[in-house]
Amino acid sequence: MLKDWQPTCAIDILRLRAQVFNSIRDFFSARAVLEVETPLLGHACGTDPQLDFFTTDYIAHPQRDKLFLQTSPEFAMKRLLAAGSGSIYQICKAFRNGESGRFHNPEFTMLEWYRVGFTLTELMDEISELIETLSQGYLSLDATQRFTYQDVFQRYTGLNSLTFSYVDYSTFALANGQSEALAICGYEHGLWLDFIFSHYIQSHLGENAVCMVYGYPVCQSSLARINPLNPLITDRIEVFINGIELGNGYYELTDAREQNKRFDEEIAVRLQNNRPGTVKDKHLIAAMEHGLPECSGMAIGLDRLIMALTGSLSINDVLGFPVHRA
Amino acid sequence: MAIYSTNEFKAGLKVMLDNDPCAIIENEFVKPGKGQAFNRVKIRNLKTGRVIERTFKSGESLDSADVIDVGMQYLYSDGEFRHFMVPDTFEQYQCDEKLVGDACKWLKDQDNCTVTLWNDAPLSVTPINFVELAIVETDPGVRGDTSGGGGKPAKLETGAVVRVPLFVQQGEVIKVDTRTGEYISRVKE
Repeated sequence: MLKDWQPTCAIDILRLRAQVFNSIRDFFSARAVLEVETPLLGHACGTDPQLDFFTTDYIAHPQRDKLFLQTSPEFAMKRLLAAGSGSIYQICKAFRNGESGRFHNPEFTMLEWYRVGFTLTELMDEISELIETLSQGYLSLDATQRFTYQDVFQRYTGLNSLTFSYVDYSTFALANGQSEALAICGYEHGLWLDFIFSHYIQSHLGENAVCMVYGYPVCQSSLARINPLNPLITDRIEVFINGIELGNGYYELTDAREQNKRFDEEIAVRLQNNRPGTVKDKHLIAAMEHGLPECSGMAIGLDRLIMALTGSLSINDVLGFPVHRA
Repeated sequence: MAIYSTNEFKAGLKVMLDNDPCAIIENEFVKPGKGQAFNRVKIRNLKTGRVIERTFKSGESLDSADVIDVGMQYLYSDGEFRHFMVPDTFEQYQCDEKLVGDACKWLKDQDNCTVTLWNDAPLSVTPINFVELAIVETDPGVRGDTSGGGGKPAKLETGAVVRVPLFVQQGEVIKVDTRTGEYISRVKE
């Protein structure tokens, strides 16, 4: 008989997970944010240069079709926003191929929400309130911290994150005994930022507190809007607790033309890096041409949040059946 | 030769890094949400024994190292080389004293041990975890002292020197943990 039929997490964790879900629903219900569902299978998919997706065969007689498992519900939710849904949230599964490790499972649970009319600052207030609510009884967190990306970068490395300097960045890597960084990152600002942030900064963020980092450099903008006052930064935030990255949010891009341009740029980068081709979401572009309301949106990995609430060292400790037992 | 990608890296895997055979100790997948994925790998150089940390871009790969562990019998030392034999095939290997001298200080003739071969040449020798060896030289014991506090040096029949409790006498056989070089207990004959 196989011995690994059992869940990897304790039964208590299942209870805690259910409690977290209930609290999230109460939280948004009290704020009149509508719970929605969007498809996990879609004809199009995100174009993020660094995400790999799962595809599946759809047998739609007489022909076959390729469908993507969604890496996030973002595009479909934005179509609802454009159609006039008002503020919405969703708890759903998201899928990212090739991601497996202490903090990653290729199938994971995400909370994603959009607030119509919210600025990034208002969104940050709400994130802080939500996490405080969810952590009651599990963690007694210190006051929420808010730092700019540039602040934390300078504090822990002495480097300027907004202007790329190969000499400064590589000198820093060599001084820290990581000569391989030069070969990995080359002259790509974004790669250097990912390398340095994940190796030297992230573990310091949010010691017993929610830490929000905002104002990401433009080369890391993804789907966020460029800051109107400083063209070097973008209105994107990331949230951390005890060094664990919980999620990512934006003051959302609403310009269909800019969105289309970013899709094309990202698809070009994917091609260049020999990543599997993706299909641009034309429905999203059409929805944005119709008009996406001004809004801010946030996605939080709920498995990681439960890790943070329970002090778990591995995502396997909070999942019933991680991929190797699925 | 096989090639391993970062997602196949796991503890114990033998790979070539900077032209040296290495064993992977730990592999951590690191990925900023929207950013590049990395693998932070702890790796032991099997030639020098040194442990280093190295980051790879996820998806990079390394050649496998033809490294195998073979159970062998220790035969003898000729001063320059230590000689070993595979019991089943009687195949013999010689190891440079300078390379394996330290591991061999626990070995008596005929003892079993593990010899790590890289491209069929000995790379290192690992004695069994616990060995029983006789003390050939130590200061006279203090009668009645059973605390073991402090201790004294004792030279074993293979030449190794370990600290033993004061009550342990010359001529006695003791059990030693070869991984730490520490005395465990006396062995009753």
